[in-house]
Amino acid sequence: MAFSLTPWRRQGRDAELLPEGRLSGPMPWVIAIMVALTVIAAAAGLAFSNTARNASDDLAGGVTVQIVDANAATRDAQAQAVVKALRATPGVIEATLVSQDEVDKLIEPWLGASASGDAGIPVPALVDARMRDGVTGETLGGLRQMLHKVAPAARVDAQSIWLKPVFGAIDTLRWLSLALVGLLGIALAAAVLLAVRNALGSNRDTIEIVHLLGGTDAQIARIFQRAIGYDAGIGGVVGLALGLVVVLLLGQQFAALGAGLVSSGALEWSDWLLLALIPVIGVVLAMLTARQTVVRALRKML
Amino acid sequence: MNTTATREIVQFDNVGLRYGTDREVLSDVSFTLFPGSFYFLTGASGAGKTSLLKLLYLAQRPSRGMIRMFGTDAITLPRDRLPGFRRRFGVVFQDFRLVAHLSAFDNVALPLRVAGVAERDLAKPVADMLEWVGLTERMLAQPAQLSGGEQQRVAIARAVIHRPEMLIADEPTGNVDPEMAIKLLRLFEALNRLGTTVVVATHDVHLLKKVPESLIMRLDKGRLSDPTGALRYPPRPRPRASSPELEE
Repeated sequence: MAFSLTPWRRQGRDAELLPEGRLSGPMPWVIAIMVALTVIAAAAGLAFSNTARNASDDLAGGVTVQIVDANAATRDAQAQAVVKALRATPGVIEATLVSQDEVDKLIEPWLGASASGDAGIPVPALVDARMRDGVTGETLGGLRQMLHKVAPAARVDAQSIWLKPVFGAIDTLRWLSLALVGLLGIALAAAVLLAVRNALGSNRDTIEIVHLLGGTDAQIARIFQRAIGYDAGIGGVVGLALGLVVVLLLGQQFAALGAGLVSSGALEWSDWLLLALIPVIGVVLAMLTARQTVVRALRKML
Repeated sequence: MNTTATREIVQFDNVGLRYGTDREVLSDVSFTLFPGSFYFLTGASGAGKTSLLKLLYLAQRPSRGMIRMFGTDAITLPRDRLPGFRRRFGVVFQDFRLVAHLSAFDNVALPLRVAGVAERDLAKPVADMLEWVGLTERMLAQPAQLSGGEQQRVAIARAVIHRPEMLIADEPTGNVDPEMAIKLLRLFEALNRLGTTVVVATHDVHLLKKVPESLIMRLDKGRLSDPTGALRYPPRPRPRASSPELEE
């Protein structure tokens, strides 16, 4: 015997007009799988959105100045001059020299612990600055011109420019997730439509009798709507649970990476609420599809 | 006829019916049914009785002609008004058309449920009706567990449970023994005395004699004849029952 998600009998005198199991069958399972996939896709989309938004907020006004000079004394002097000049520039809200320790930590994974310093490779000095109103090409040009006077070895870049390809990829993934959610919604509606058509066909005699006894289209549609709504409700809860387990497990795995960009994609409470609404939206979509399918089919009957 | 025109509950005028592109199964059918009358529709097998009844209980639209029911043009009746009209009929189908997965009780209760009667209000009338047709012991049985005669009695109980204005029965005694046939006919008469118009299609000529004041319409190859003048004159008023209870 197949394992049923709806082992107990549907209640209600209308629902009894449809034979038990005719509509249910695998439908709750299909809906559960659809909802689980939708939850995972939506969670991914929300995480990508959060990553993009948080990174964009962080980097929007960020400017990095590198002083690339092999002579350590010149490099340090120019770095100090850059910090001083930036702090005196209107629109710059913060300008800090990245300490040598931090620079060493940044390059350590690639070049090893003793790569920099007096005996090692000359590493550029870094100045991290933040602009009040974001960074445009014009702002960047002005800064370059101004800093060139005090630090000829300075290279000025907007932080957002470095991550532009990453943002592009994140944006693509976000749209892909959205498209997946849409496609899963369409697939859910199609599955319901097929199930209802099948049920209409196999219950045609009963429907004709109910019609001839004075039953209205709305009454008959309500029977199917309730049955599908019930199946969708059960399937939706199971699907949500499955989807959330997967999302939590993936979240833990990504969190373990410890990368700033990844952790910035963490879901907020409003995102969890949105995910919890997916089965509700699924139930409404399934019921509306069932109603429309039944009403359209009944209109062809006298 | 003019004085009774407003009392007509059904009026067929030159009605024709064909299925697809076949020849007409009903041709130039014209008749009038008056409230409270008892009609037999007779004819050989294939004469068109069932087709005529289908037109009567609005399961079929005619190919031509005019049909008025309860003072309304039934041909142009919008779909959303059909259920209201159908609830005024009770129909005993030739093949019973019981809902296979419902018990005898639930089948009989179906018209009441469709009409929105509360569960607490339908248990007694359904039980009474099943008792009347002798199926109290079988009320939980599904149609497949019932004999042909028992199914027919369930179908009849379902057709009359909501006290319809017009009862349409297609060979209602075809599968029951003579004793039960008489009993069912008495039920129809009792309903008729309460004001229900009864139309019984049958090919059993012996049945016609059991209801002396009945009117007979005869179908022959899709055309109607009128041996008792049923189609020409309004019937005489029948004595009415003083009690609303159905009596044997």
